[in-house]
Amino acid sequence: MISINELRRNFGPIVAVNGVSFNVGKGEVLGLLGPNGAGKSTLMKMLACFQKPDSGTATICGYDIIENPVEVRKSIGYLAENVPLYNEMTVGDFLNFICDAREIKGKNRKQALDRIVPMCSVESVYHQTIDTLSKGYKRRVGLAQTLIHDPDVLILDEPTDGLDPNQKHEVRDLINNMSKDKCIIVSTHILEEVEAVCSRTIIIAKGEILVDSTPEKLKKEHQCGLDEIFRKITRTKAA
Amino acid sequence: MHSFCAVFKRELKSYFTTPVAYVFLVVFLFFSGYLTFKQGFFEIRQADMQAFFMNMPLLFVFMVPATSMRLWSEERRIGSIELLLTLPITVTQAVLGKFFAAWLFLVIALALTFPMVITVSFLGNPDAGLIITGYLGSVLMAGGFLAVGCFFSAVSKNQVISFVLSVVACAILVYAGLPSTLNYLSTFLPAGLVSAIGNISLQSHFESLQKGVLEFKDLSYFVLLIIGWIAGCSFILDERKAS
Repeated sequence: MISINELRRNFGPIVAVNGVSFNVGKGEVLGLLGPNGAGKSTLMKMLACFQKPDSGTATICGYDIIENPVEVRKSIGYLAENVPLYNEMTVGDFLNFICDAREIKGKNRKQALDRIVPMCSVESVYHQTIDTLSKGYKRRVGLAQTLIHDPDVLILDEPTDGLDPNQKHEVRDLINNMSKDKCIIVSTHILEEVEAVCSRTIIIAKGEILVDSTPEKLKKEHQCGLDEIFRKITRTKAA
Repeated sequence: MHSFCAVFKRELKSYFTTPVAYVFLVVFLFFSGYLTFKQGFFEIRQADMQAFFMNMPLLFVFMVPATSMRLWSEERRIGSIELLLTLPITVTQAVLGKFFAAWLFLVIALALTFPMVITVSFLGNPDAGLIITGYLGSVLMAGGFLAVGCFFSAVSKNQVISFVLSVVACAILVYAGLPSTLNYLSTFLPAGLVSAIGNISLQSHFESLQKGVLEFKDLSYFVLLIIGWIAGCSFILDERKAS
């Protein structure tokens, strides 16, 4: 469902993503791991058609990110790193705006809202202004926005960052429940999350793929926990 | 079209859910009335709205950039541009949606000056055509300034910088065409260039509409002004959205 071919992006002299290629299929939950500045977010922004690659391309659900960005955006749900929202809007108005933009109308809109509002547990704050919400609720609203059109592909940039343990657990359950019939890419710093939700993991540093494996295989090969594996691999690269 | 409508609706609503609209409307309506009466509305003893419309360029030079400065600067500063432009919306649709919402807001502000029309009609028998072309000129001028403001709002993440740059650009558009400026320029520039500057300026086009002259060249001037700056805004936004 996602096919990435030699994606490259520089910011001046800094190489953010350096010729990354991989494929992700339906039913896979790919954990994108890497130290800060490894290029995870840049890669995700390029997949969401927010940033243009310097070279290379990718196709999502058969649509090219450079030639067909609007179709790509229709088929994905993208949760950006800091969950940007329109703070002056109420949760209800915001979700209705997303429905407007995604052309979800009439009966479909009602169904979508009836499904997503309890799923992301935002009923209690539905009429509240987003500005007044806690970080956890803001992230849930962000997730609701990502999932409202029931996309086939999900790109989630640190979806559990800043959540309390209960909320983290809820989000992981949510991802696990959806994983069967979707293709999901999750970036995270939290290694236990990879074990909890990911069927495959890619470790990147300095814009290059260092490891492409499953969490179980990695643990077996290195005979230690993911924490240690992560340190070993990314430090070798840094050196 | 639905994407354009979604952005348009959200933007227009956002004016009224924040104090922006109310502060703007109160200040605009106060000064539009105050300047009209201060400049001898009664002393002229004519039932027309010339005194009202002649202040519009000066008012709009400050008020329109105040409306437009947040359009893109804020989106880029808080990062919501990443949300907006990862929805199935193109940059052009988003720019046009925001532009027309802000324009409609300014039209609402102008419409709320209707007591002025009532006053003039009560005091005498004004020429309705003059009033209509005066309002049309004001609406087009607001659109032109808004397009300029939209562009500068996309240039910087900082609203103050966007505001200052827009005010300067709008002021140049108005003041370059004033007779005093053109007289001064004609002392050292060739006549052709001075007349070109006069035509590029918004002042002469606004004045002819104010006099009730509805000419194709004036209307096309405003349309081109708007399209040019909006196209510039889309281009710059596409290039710099993620920076």
